[in-house]
Amino acid sequence: MSKMDEVVDYKKTKKRLDGRKMDELRPLSIKVGVIPNADGSAYLEWGQNKVYAAVYGPREALPKHTQNPYKAVVKVNYRMTTFSVPERKRPGPNRRDHEISKVLGEALDRAIFTENFPNTEIGVFVEVADSNAGSRVACLVAASCALADAGIPMRGLVSAVGVGKAFNEIVLDLNKDEEDAPDAVDTPLAIIPNSGEIVLLQMDGLLTRKEWDDVAKMGIKGCMQVYEVQKKALADRFQFEELSKASVEKAVLGNEVSKKEIVGKEVSASKQVKVVSKEKKEDKSKKVRK
Amino acid sequence: MRDTILEHDISRITDLAKQGKRADGRALDEMREFSVVKDKFENAEGSAIVRLGKTEVVAGIKMEVGKPYPDSQDEGAISVGAELVPIAHPDYESGPPSPIEIEVARVVDRGIRESKSIDFKKLCIKEGEAVWVSYFDFYAINSDGNLFDAGSIAALVCFMNSRIPKINVDNKIIKHEYEGKIELKRLPVLTTFVKVGGRILLDPTYVEEKAAEARYSVATTEDGFISAMQKGVGGSFTLDEVNYMIDLGFKTGNEVRKKLQKV
Repeated sequence: MSKMDEVVDYKKTKKRLDGRKMDELRPLSIKVGVIPNADGSAYLEWGQNKVYAAVYGPREALPKHTQNPYKAVVKVNYRMTTFSVPERKRPGPNRRDHEISKVLGEALDRAIFTENFPNTEIGVFVEVADSNAGSRVACLVAASCALADAGIPMRGLVSAVGVGKAFNEIVLDLNKDEEDAPDAVDTPLAIIPNSGEIVLLQMDGLLTRKEWDDVAKMGIKGCMQVYEVQKKALADRFQFEELSKASVEKAVLGNEVSKKEIVGKEVSASKQVKVVSKEKKEDKSKKVRK
Repeated sequence: MRDTILEHDISRITDLAKQGKRADGRALDEMREFSVVKDKFENAEGSAIVRLGKTEVVAGIKMEVGKPYPDSQDEGAISVGAELVPIAHPDYESGPPSPIEIEVARVVDRGIRESKSIDFKKLCIKEGEAVWVSYFDFYAINSDGNLFDAGSIAALVCFMNSRIPKINVDNKIIKHEYEGKIELKRLPVLTTFVKVGGRILLDPTYVEEKAAEARYSVATTEDGFISAMQKGVGGSFTLDEVNYMIDLGFKTGNEVRKKLQKV
């Protein structure tokens, strides 16, 4: 608290309250495939933020009146645990939760080839277990990894970051102290790096036209950094061990090879096929669009 | 409501149970392995991630200053909440608390509250005016059955490690500063059983719960007390069966406590 009472000016200090550079992200780590029941899932830690994301579907959309005969419905459910904030949150979704669920769903909707799955729903559930500013972008990043984990065909991953202004400087990935700055501007931004499309953009605070240019530039740069972490997390999940010719022959001919070995490798092999086929699909649809 | 468990799975589980077997190869009276991560979430006063087999829950405690109840002017209070959120299972839906969520929360609550392991008088700030209310909430992250016991283990870990925030003269919480801890005098461990194919199964999985004719939970303490019981689902138990489950509850409880002391 004491730090907040002093007049902080990042233009003078050149360093942020937590020691970061102006365009530096907080530590970000993602683990994909953490919830066995889900079709796809991810756990993400971003600074103090800790979120879980799970994808169920495409599955029959229920209740039936929510079905769309032309496309899949993306249903995002953003929730915070009661203990994820400094002052206990009341259980049950509030207006903020509903709004965030809506904008996250709309961001992901653009990334997914929803037209491939008419009459279905793709359920995306995100649970915030710990938070410190930027939980919605954290959820979006985790959710997009979970969708890829579920093998759902997409135009590309959705990468997101919080960007804005605090203590007289444009800063990337604001933390709570910076969000509480007197001149704070918070701009959650999400893009599809593959296509360069902006799919989520919110802002509150006061920015000049010139400042906005800097914010946008820094935000897109930040998204690209996040994108690299996402790709790495997915690559780690789908590590592929190439089957040796001998083990394939053994498996096919039923020679003495332990069942466990075959089963283990078959699983990883089929995952790899899934990823490859997804990429092909993307290429195809791109051509069609052009 | 979705129901992804097939009739075929239920009859397979039932047939196996009749032969004294389980789908995952466990003995009927065998609990799944569990692991605990504590103090992971910084905004919580105490927190835990508990994995019981494939079941995973996250839990945390928030402390608030509240008014005492009219009949206990010098005592603090605890509150237990459980949420079976749709992240954890394809069958779960979001919405207002379901009867099963409320039952799980209340059974976990009673196990701790009625064991008298928390001295509520110590949670009093000023008699008649201000007391600590300790809110414990847990969320299913992946549900493979027995959220009762997973929630109970999470509750014990959270209460064992929960900090009490510092307060100023107006009884307002000073952020990020703490003094003291909640003390647990006993460790009441909940153990849950189901009856499938006429046999008693300890620590049921999701499918075993679906196949259950009846369910029974008992909370036991290290000094030989039973602090809560709950029979659920439509079927029934004989007294011999109940006594068998209580004895097994004490035995399992001791093993769980041994592990919890090391966390």
